[in-house]
Amino acid sequence: MEAKTGTWTEKKGLAQMLKGGVIMDVVNAEQAKIAEEAGACAVMALERVPADIRADGGVARMSDPDMILKIMDAVSIPVMAKCRIGHFVEAQILESIGVDYIDESEVLTPADEEHHILKHNFKVPFVCGCRNIGEALRRIGEGAAMMRTKGEAGTGDVVEAVRHARSVVGAIRQLKTMNDEELMAYAKNNGAPYELVKEVKELGRLPVVNFAAGGVATPADAALMMQLGVDGVFVGSGIFKSGDPAKRAQAIVKSVTHYQDASILAEVSKNLGEAMVGRNASQMPEGERLAGRGW
Amino acid sequence: MKIGVLALQGDFSEHITMLKKLGVETVEVRLPKHLAGLNGLIIPGGESTTIGKLAVAYELMEPLREFGKEHAIWGTCAGAIFLSKDIGRDQPLLGLMDIKVQRNAFGRQVDSFETDLEIDELYKATGTEHPYHAVFIRAPIIESVSGSTKILSALADGRIVAAQQGRLLATSFHPELTGDTRFHEYFISLAS
Repeated sequence: MEAKTGTWTEKKGLAQMLKGGVIMDVVNAEQAKIAEEAGACAVMALERVPADIRADGGVARMSDPDMILKIMDAVSIPVMAKCRIGHFVEAQILESIGVDYIDESEVLTPADEEHHILKHNFKVPFVCGCRNIGEALRRIGEGAAMMRTKGEAGTGDVVEAVRHARSVVGAIRQLKTMNDEELMAYAKNNGAPYELVKEVKELGRLPVVNFAAGGVATPADAALMMQLGVDGVFVGSGIFKSGDPAKRAQAIVKSVTHYQDASILAEVSKNLGEAMVGRNASQMPEGERLAGRGW
Repeated sequence: MKIGVLALQGDFSEHITMLKKLGVETVEVRLPKHLAGLNGLIIPGGESTTIGKLAVAYELMEPLREFGKEHAIWGTCAGAIFLSKDIGRDQPLLGLMDIKVQRNAFGRQVDSFETDLEIDELYKATGTEHPYHAVFIRAPIIESVSGSTKILSALADGRIVAAQQGRLLATSFHPELTGDTRFHEYFISLAS
């Protein structure tokens, strides 16, 4: 047979290779090398980490392709990059420069308030954020080959990531116990494609890999998310906004591998220096929240 | 029969699912003590740099080398890189197999591909003759083999994608991502 590229198995498969790993936000080649050296399984190339996007305000867009290419040259691990929700031309540009994964991300300012990108149209795989099972299955229906919780990016407050992970995991548990005749109503009530609802019931999990993101700042946060049932962790501002990025990055990598071993978690949590200055996500005004972007 | 799967990072749970289908007892290996009593070990796909660094940090390098002298080990993709002697760059390697490997040999993710392979050894071992459907993801190739290592499979252009040296096995592709259990059956026969 002819070799086939860009298949669903290929797209989902790369995310499966990232499982049990940490994907770190980096803004230049130097940070990318620190992340790789610390054991990151991939990096997310972007011009500003979410904490700075929040502080700066204004419109946040796809990063300069030249900056992303420099990061791709600097490391041997996969490189992801973000495009705005619904901005399929930013996605075409990122695909053409050869990024390994695109994050259609609420951290950037949405380009379309009604439609997400039809991700099946691309050869490059996409990751998208979700707050609940319906949102996850809508994105997978559009072709997302990997999911992550939205959490509340750039806060260093894990509470929203916990809320979203518990919501998805709880819904899967509920679906597993349902009769087949209850599935259509469930699909309707959650705005989720029926075929995918059925698939989740059969698999007992999402049909794609599901990571935590949005507010993870410490090894304990990362292990908490793993114990709640995610497959791996994104850390955005939490590493390079902390006192000792290399040490914290290594500690979070170790905490994701040994997430069930409290004595190792205690060891890696020692003397990490200052964590990023947090912002309390629960008390944040609605307009400042990123998780409400997209549907 | 008890097979361990190195569970530092990567798709170890996919290998465990395949082994369970075949009725094999499995163990997730994260620390040297987890190697006790195993008949064989699978090193999964993932990021070889991440797996190597964690193996160094948790003092697994020497125990894994010792284990490989006596037992079967199979590395898929990142695992094949980790088993090799030489990859032309500096990162932790077990150096158990006489193979030279090139990482990301086909390019980036958009170049990742699926294709069918003819693997005579596998046909013989499993009494089958239909092609093996292989999934390559940012895959390495085995540039060359030496010593007692034999080539199990190559692409039409001659690039080597599977090799075996005694009870050590390396594949650039991911049998754990398919429903075809023949490679896992073959490995279990090496571990017995």
